[in-house]
Amino acid sequence: MVIGAIGHYVRTFLQTVSSLIWLLIDMVAEMGDHISRGRLPFRRSVFFEQGERAGLGSVPLVCMVSFFLGLTMALLTGYQLRTFGTERLVPGLITIAFWRELGPLMTGIILAARIGAAFTAELGTMTVSEEVEAIEAMGLGPLRFLVAPRLTALVLLMPALVVMSNLAALFGTYMICQISFNISGENFLDLVMDALILKDVVLGMAKSLLFGVIIGLIACYSGLTVKGGAAGVGNATTRSVVLTITTVIGVDTFLNMLQVNVLNN
Amino acid sequence: MAAASPSPSATRRDAAPDDDRPLVQIEEVVLRFGSKTVLDGISFTVDRGDRLVVMGQSGGGKSTLLRLVIGILKPTSGRVLFAGTDIARLSRRQLNAMRARLGMVYQYSALISSLNVRDNLALPLEELTEKSTAEIDELIRARLAAVDMSGSEDKMPSELSGGMRKRIGLARALMLEPELILYDEPSAGLDPVTSSVIDELIIDTSARTKSSAIIVTHEMESAFRIATRMVMLYQGKIIADDTPEKFRNSDNEVVAQFVSGSTQGPIGEAAHERT
Ligand SMILES: Nc1ncnc2c1ncn2[C@@H]1O[C@H](COP(=O)(O)OP(=O)(O)OP(=O)(O)O)[C@@H](O)[C@H]1O
Ligand SMILES: [Mg+2]
Repeated sequence: MVIGAIGHYVRTFLQTVSSLIWLLIDMVAEMGDHISRGRLPFRRSVFFEQGERAGLGSVPLVCMVSFFLGLTMALLTGYQLRTFGTERLVPGLITIAFWRELGPLMTGIILAARIGAAFTAELGTMTVSEEVEAIEAMGLGPLRFLVAPRLTALVLLMPALVVMSNLAALFGTYMICQISFNISGENFLDLVMDALILKDVVLGMAKSLLFGVIIGLIACYSGLTVKGGAAGVGNATTRSVVLTITTVIGVDTFLNMLQVNVLNN
Repeated sequence: MAAASPSPSATRRDAAPDDDRPLVQIEEVVLRFGSKTVLDGISFTVDRGDRLVVMGQSGGGKSTLLRLVIGILKPTSGRVLFAGTDIARLSRRQLNAMRARLGMVYQYSALISSLNVRDNLALPLEELTEKSTAEIDELIRARLAAVDMSGSEDKMPSELSGGMRKRIGLARALMLEPELILYDEPSAGLDPVTSSVIDELIIDTSARTKSSAIIVTHEMESAFRIATRMVMLYQGKIIADDTPEKFRNSDNEVVAQFVSGSTQGPIGEAAHERT
């Protein structure tokens, strides 16, 4: 029984992963067909529309959450470290934590909820009303036409949003350092710059790109495979949000373990 | 490409070498969804210039049949040929090129809800042709006039009634001057006058552009008005394939019952047996 259940889950998991990879491959192939006819792979207007929604629309939420998270972390770690007289470590700690880990993760979770849900609901509605099929039947390539601009916008915007998240968190930290720990602005900046190393920045950005791909692919796939009318769209959207958030966290954990255990840093 | 013989086919719109072959050939097609057999070994052909009406019960697989022709679904077994080539063997690019030669009018219109009428109609032209915006707008005006929807360019699909949407869907299918147009219940849900207008439009279009059509419909009157040939799909099989005149006087019980719309006959009985 248990083994059967596990087998079932493993199979579903592998099927989903391979479907996602095929979605990506088919999308690229459709884009290739279109480009080979001397055209842009997708409409600029759709790309900018999606970019505006995913990017600009997410800035306030990402910044606010990161700001308060940075602030709280600084406060909590600061009080602990003060007992050893080492509260000067706080800026560096938060810097490393956010650039390398929390920035991409928080942004990933927020975008999974906000944009993942939107992509799934939108494409799901288009699927049940046969709009996606009509696009396919016209020979326009639905993956190229619908998925590509969304995915590209999301992937390109993730790093920018992560940078904002990191800066917002550092701003929160700065405020706490000023108020509670007597670290001057100049001093704060030095401590941050000391802690900030290129490798962490690159790693964080790479992660954010990967999360963008994961969120976009799962959300679009969930939307395109909706069955069963309006209720189906609702179910798919909920499932898509849960799946994207858990996948982002799971992949993040996996990458951290890989980094610490295999690469030893 | 010298095969264009001096037969009548040479005078047709584009005298391709495959002109003498039927435009569409369905060969022994079986289609199953899971364990459910929707189409159970059907064969028929559509010649150039034909207007083939497909009749059958609700849920009988008519929309599914159209999806097979346009390559959205693949048959479980059997072949679907368009202009002589098996569409299951086409590459993605070839399939899309073929689809540009086909137009599909959806049962529920399937207009892109985020685009206004103008952009919906412009979509295939903008994506697949090199036409200028001015040419496209000119074409759209003409098509909208043909379906009696002039001046609705800026409306969103949600602002239109079902019948209006249907007419826009029809206009969209005609934008690329397809060789074959697939109509899924084009006049269902329309008032009798609009329904006749649509029928006229279907006949006109096929005569003017020398295109063929497959029309799925339940409306007997419009079926007989439009059809040059009719097939009847019943329990996954083609049980009749004939001219409208022969169809009207068919001695096949199922066909006769369907044409007369009577409740007495094999169709009702079969439905009762299944429930
Ligand atoms: N994607 C699918 N998956 C599973 N079953 C399907 C699918 N599409 C259609 N069917 C089933 O196939 C049968 C035929 O459906 P189809 O839509 O072709 O009927 P139809 O003849 O067009 O009916 P109507 O006149 O009501 O439009 C139905 O029983 C339907 O439930
Ligand atoms: Mg149907």
